[in-house]
Amino acid sequence: MASPIPRGRRTPWRRALRRDWQLYSLAVLPLLFFLTFRYLPMLGNAIAFRRFQPGGSLFGEYWTGLRYFRLFFTDPTFWSVFTNTLVLGALTLVFCFPLPIVLALLLNEVRNRALKRFVQSVSYLPHFLSIVIVAAMVLQLLSVDGTVNQMVSAVGGEPVPFMQQAGWFRTIYVSSEVWQTVGWGTILYLAALTTVDGDLYEAARIDGANRWRQTWHVTLPGIRPTMVTLLILNIGTFMAVGFEKILLLYNPLTYPTADVISTYLYRVGIVSGNLSYAAAIGLFESVIGLTLVLSANAISRRTVGTSLW
Amino acid sequence: MSTQARTQARTREPAVRPRGPRPTRGYRVFQVVNAVVLTGVVVVTLYPFFTIVARSLSDNAYIVAGEVNLVPRGFNLTAYRVVTSDPTFWVSYRNTVFYTVVATLISVVLTTCYAYVLSKRHLRGRTALVGIAVFTMFFTGGLIPNYVLVTSLGLKNTVWAIALPNAINVFNLLVMKAFFESLPVELEEAAAVDGLNTYGTLLRIVLPLSKAMVATMVLFYAVSFWNSWFAAFLYMDRQELLPVTVYLRNLMAGATDATQTGGGLGSAGDVVQSAATIQSVTIVLTILPILAVYPFIQRYFVSGIMLGAVKG
Repeated sequence: MASPIPRGRRTPWRRALRRDWQLYSLAVLPLLFFLTFRYLPMLGNAIAFRRFQPGGSLFGEYWTGLRYFRLFFTDPTFWSVFTNTLVLGALTLVFCFPLPIVLALLLNEVRNRALKRFVQSVSYLPHFLSIVIVAAMVLQLLSVDGTVNQMVSAVGGEPVPFMQQAGWFRTIYVSSEVWQTVGWGTILYLAALTTVDGDLYEAARIDGANRWRQTWHVTLPGIRPTMVTLLILNIGTFMAVGFEKILLLYNPLTYPTADVISTYLYRVGIVSGNLSYAAAIGLFESVIGLTLVLSANAISRRTVGTSLW
Repeated sequence: MSTQARTQARTREPAVRPRGPRPTRGYRVFQVVNAVVLTGVVVVTLYPFFTIVARSLSDNAYIVAGEVNLVPRGFNLTAYRVVTSDPTFWVSYRNTVFYTVVATLISVVLTTCYAYVLSKRHLRGRTALVGIAVFTMFFTGGLIPNYVLVTSLGLKNTVWAIALPNAINVFNLLVMKAFFESLPVELEEAAAVDGLNTYGTLLRIVLPLSKAMVATMVLFYAVSFWNSWFAAFLYMDRQELLPVTVYLRNLMAGATDATQTGGGLGSAGDVVQSAATIQSVTIVLTILPILAVYPFIQRYFVSGIMLGAVKG
């Protein structure tokens, strides 16, 4: 052994630095990245409490306290975008979380390997497309002369200007999200399914379980850790509902259902230049997001025994 | 003998489980329904692609009349000629290639270095180094502070605005860390005995063993940078710097010269107005590179994700 490492005891910093300085040196640039582009912006949130002037300091000019927070709590638009965020986040969770599990279970029952492989490959495909392309395709398919309206006409309906009606936005957003993510989401579940112990199925069969009960009592518990992990991760992105996609798909006519916190703060901050106000909204959003992940993680550790950390 | 055969069969194809001697009638019905459902999934996934191709090859008049579905009507290549003769399109295409190469290079180098450091279990402070990275998965500075930062660093209208703020993807980092941890420790110890320092070990021993992993990382990053648009949209205000994704976005919003409808500010009406064929052609041409490499790269992604899932 070249350098036996005592277990259980910590090396003193001085020895560690002398021995591993080359390793630490490799970490310098990545750390610089994290500090500059991840942690500095976190501190930069200070401008939510300070008056920021374009071209001025990264952290603002002088303290304004909670002024910007009070501002958005009394802003009616804020409450409407807050509601939209919750609704879209909840719908996304309700559809985008379970559907990959269902698809993975169905794929797992396919005995023909070529067929299985083919279905999988096809269903991953949308994941590799840019959001811009997905949005462009959605706009084309749903335009007045698009495929969907041809079907509407075929069954005797009037063409619907889908993208111009607020009532349709949630359906469109969630469906396109499912289309794009469902296949990719199956990967982890399929991996988890292969690790379920085959003997358990045999035991269940001897106990008289039919295939449905085998799925219910053996397969699902077998992939539960994966399910919980992905659920927590999904909850973590709850508040950050597809900002980029909404930005590409929405328009003033669909604002009533499409405008979410992140798109609103984009307009307030970047478009109108009210950076401090927008930063306050963004900070509020991030804090809720973080709280959601932490609580989901804590709840799952207590109840299911699986947690991210 | 038979036990051995069964064990072998299970390790080779664990998805096929010994679930019973005879499938019941209910199960056979299920198999049929399942096949139908999965066929439906394939159709729904592919349908949009075929429609867009059909529209790109059709006469705009038929599209506006709502008569183009899966088969092109009034077949012609005019729109392809219009788009490919627009120099802006090719400039943005070249920009995309350039940004992707630069950003991917930076990302892969930084990710590899940090992942390698994190994979060393004996390293003092390793937990803290992991924590610094993982925490950013759950809490971010947010759009506005990032915008202020990138702007005040003077990165606007440079490739750095795209490459630097997204240089390390923590998920990729953890996948790579898991991979490095799975390499045999003895090899590196032997290298140390033979007098290689850390850099030498990484370059001469670890990286050659990790070619597949590094290739996967290159793919992960390259695809994400190829597809990205928002950074360029946010930080680039000169037409000749835009990547093809932003070009397409502007086309959708009716703010590009390529649409005969002229300018507009990207509000509701313009979307419908810009010629459907032109948009479809641009979509097709933008997807094409991805589709061309898709069959080859797809399985690397899958194995990369699985590695992250099992070890991460």
